[in-house]
Amino acid sequence: MLVIRCMIIFLVMSGPACYAAIDAYAFPNGELRVRYYDLIEQLRCPQCLNTNLAGSDAMIAQDLRREVHRMILEGQTDAEILDFMHHRYGDFVLYKPRFNSSTWILWLAPAFVFVLAIGGCLIMVRRRQNTVGGSLSDLERDRLEQLLKDET
Amino acid sequence: MIIELGHFAIILALAMSCCLAVLPTLGVYLQNPVLLRSGGSLAAGMFVFTLVSFICLTLGFVNDDFSIAYVARNSNTALPVYYKISAVWGAHEGSFLLWCLVMSSWTLAVSQFSQQLNDDMRARVLAVLGSLSIGFFLFLIFTSNPFERTLPFFPSEGADLNPLLQDFGLIVHPPLLYVGYVGLSVPFAFAIASLTSGQLDAAWARWSRPWTNVAWAFLTVGITLGSWWAYYELGWGGWWFWDAVENASFMPWLLATALVHSLAATEKRGVFRSWTVLLAISAFSFSLLGAFLVRSGVLTSVHAFAVDPERGVFILYYLVIVIGSSLLLYGLRVGKMRVTVGFGWKSRESFILANNLILTVAVVTVLLGTIYPLMYEWFMSGQKISVGPPYFNIVFVPLMLPLIALMALSSLSRWRKTASTVLLRDQPLRLLISLGMTIFCCLLASTWNLWFLFVSLLCFWLIVNLLADARYRIGRHWFAGLLKQTPSYYGMWMAHIGIALSALGIVTTLTLSEEIDVLMSPGDQQQMSGYEITFQGVTRVMGPNYSADRGAIEISRQGELVEMLYPEKRLYAPSQNVMTEADISVSLWRDVYVALGESIGNQAWSVRVHIKPLVRWIWLGGVLIALGGFTTVLDRRYRNRKVIRARQSKPDPDLHLSAG
Amino acid sequence: MMKGPGFLLPLAGFMLLVAILAVGFRLEDPHLLPSQMLDRPLPAFSLPRLSDSSKVWSEKDVYGKVRLLNVWATWCPSCVHEHPELMRISQEEDISVLGINYNDDNAKALAWLKYYGDPFDLNISDHDGQLAIDLGVYGAPETFLVDARGIIRYRHVGVLDQQVWTDVLAPIVAELNQLDREG
Repeated sequence: MLVIRCMIIFLVMSGPACYAAIDAYAFPNGELRVRYYDLIEQLRCPQCLNTNLAGSDAMIAQDLRREVHRMILEGQTDAEILDFMHHRYGDFVLYKPRFNSSTWILWLAPAFVFVLAIGGCLIMVRRRQNTVGGSLSDLERDRLEQLLKDET
Repeated sequence: MIIELGHFAIILALAMSCCLAVLPTLGVYLQNPVLLRSGGSLAAGMFVFTLVSFICLTLGFVNDDFSIAYVARNSNTALPVYYKISAVWGAHEGSFLLWCLVMSSWTLAVSQFSQQLNDDMRARVLAVLGSLSIGFFLFLIFTSNPFERTLPFFPSEGADLNPLLQDFGLIVHPPLLYVGYVGLSVPFAFAIASLTSGQLDAAWARWSRPWTNVAWAFLTVGITLGSWWAYYELGWGGWWFWDAVENASFMPWLLATALVHSLAATEKRGVFRSWTVLLAISAFSFSLLGAFLVRSGVLTSVHAFAVDPERGVFILYYLVIVIGSSLLLYGLRVGKMRVTVGFGWKSRESFILANNLILTVAVVTVLLGTIYPLMYEWFMSGQKISVGPPYFNIVFVPLMLPLIALMALSSLSRWRKTASTVLLRDQPLRLLISLGMTIFCCLLASTWNLWFLFVSLLCFWLIVNLLADARYRIGRHWFAGLLKQTPSYYGMWMAHIGIALSALGIVTTLTLSEEIDVLMSPGDQQQMSGYEITFQGVTRVMGPNYSADRGAIEISRQGELVEMLYPEKRLYAPSQNVMTEADISVSLWRDVYVALGESIGNQAWSVRVHIKPLVRWIWLGGVLIALGGFTTVLDRRYRNRKVIRARQSKPDPDLHLSAG
Repeated sequence: MMKGPGFLLPLAGFMLLVAILAVGFRLEDPHLLPSQMLDRPLPAFSLPRLSDSSKVWSEKDVYGKVRLLNVWATWCPSCVHEHPELMRISQEEDISVLGINYNDDNAKALAWLKYYGDPFDLNISDHDGQLAIDLGVYGAPETFLVDARGIIRYRHVGVLDQQVWTDVLAPIVAELNQLDREG
């Protein structure tokens, strides 16, 4: 799992290493700061393998964080900032995929599978309900008991 | 010389695994008692040879033998000796050798601790484990051999272990995770053995259960450690990123969790057996899939090992052979073994069914999110998409909340059917108590965040129900009552409390954390959540193989010193890698997390400070869950080792319940 | 309830998964990010020239010729590798080569060009990476082909060597030149 978090160093030979970056941008109020952190966490660094802007020190990540900061101070909305990034770097840069004709499966499948599974289980329990205390299971308990009789 | 010995030993281990796959199987078909019982010694042989080769590679690291290519790539003379040892599993080849060692250890354990199995079953199980091992050893020897030499021109100095991995977390996290991953091969082997023998019954479930619980508990510890390690080592305070490789470990965990529950139902009541077998096969299949995702490079992940397509292709073939044939066997055989056992709506069986349903849907969801980028790139001719934490949080969390609610009621439920009065007794009062606790917490944290409110309410409700149930079971004489409870019950209780604590930790950390990146000069002070954070400047320090800028930061509360923190920014000399080493003031109620950024000149530095309330609870809960898993194994009914070989060597046809 | 063949459903699901994973091997390098800028006009910019910061260039100045736009920097080791090929293209091929000096120091960049030779008809100094972001650049070197009307027609990521030129870029350049002469 987390074993080789930064094999990236070997993989991205040409690029700078990706490690947590800390740049101290000033914000007039806490609300803007929260929005800033929220945005750089849901935007993906285009150069690193799988890190958000917050977690990368690649040059492009630094530049993009600066852009996010600038746009927030200019009063742009989150949607505008995400559009800005999407326009330049495409779907790749958004960690939260947009709902459209090519992602509806992604967004709807979990609910669909859930409903399907609930339906299946309801039918199953309804059938099982009528056979409370099936004889076979008793037979089988005998076998289990016999099997384990010498244990005690 | 030593390394050739290791190389030779691993080839012998391969030979042993081939014998283990073949000889006991022959024994089953020829009814030859010698072959039938050959599994134990073959398993021991396989283990010993793997261990020898592992020790040889470790010696190569300890002695700085850079004529071994793998050592030269992943070690350095300046590395402290404990990191030289842990560097054995610091990259692909060595970590796979560790995987093989774990596999042979499990095989040995099965051969030693399954005396109550009849010879036939034991031979089948060991043969399955042996067959799995063949593939692992072949993969190790032919695509990822850690014993390859760099002769005749070997380097005089190694390239160094990745600095991120020079840490306590790496020493313990991969071995534990592998013990969990590979441990799932045991219930898998039991499932396959039952399918081939046709004895898919309650006894099968009883044999599988302790193994499953232990493997699951190890997997829990492994994942928990990984999350904790990412938190303190990666310098941005995150503890779960829904990265492809994290998901690869999470999916088998979810399935194993489902399996642990459904095995209980199969053992106690004989229900869901075809489903339980499928879960046993799937759980191990997903841990193989995880290995594929980490080692093939098909998915983009920060965790992925250095990539070699040849390895990926090998594992993919292995997956197709192992999983494909098991599922084929399942499809052909299990239909003939169906047994319908009844139970009511409000029974423990129903609760377990609901638990399995939700966990399975969760796995499907995580899997879809993980491989969707692949499918997208394929269908959208090269366009790329990212599916990240926001997606997983949105689809996964709503699945987990009903699971907690179910858990709250399930401990009250009984097998077959439960009277409504038992389920609903005192529930208004318990809900009221939980609500009271939630409101108290909200006031304490001065927040009315709806997520926080709702999840806390659920968790408190779960805790109150567990406490009430325990009190009811223990009865008036608490000491005698405590003794009367089985380890299974204690295990369940601890694991469920662990879930509640983890969930509380997660929701509190997510909703109430404070985070700030700020520029600080010596003497500067920053106020956060009632703490004063004072930067006292940076000094230069030297480590064994790195130099570092070490910041001194004072954390105090209302003028009283809480703790001095010393975050570092390290430059590892051999590899020239820069690393941020955070420092954390740890407590049960909150962490103050400090990391040092860049020098801005004039002694000013950028500094990151997080206040993370209850973040420890996430891992504390994880540890409790795992302890719960280990505790269940102490149950008396699993401990008995008495041999009942004589009676069971030939299954009695009357009791052979394979007809459906 | 599942009947006999229903139990083979898991196998079917698994085979589907294998197919998807197998496709993973055929996909391109995971580091390559497809450009969003293809067939879009060059983004608006107004940046000083590298050699003379008093002279400002905008996207309109790029129009009128088929151009090869190379994003480079002195901190980028691969830029050194592709440099000889850029020199060759600027001397031998029928295309105008422009440079975008990305996130760099002016003095260092000029010294670099003096040392290795200057293949660029003109260099734009993109000191803050603003133009690079607007172009969707995520590293250096990157190379864009822009037609005479200022529309971006192709983007290459990574080292531009002779093979990339002959196999990929040259045919596009020929086509663009053809279109330019006709239109």
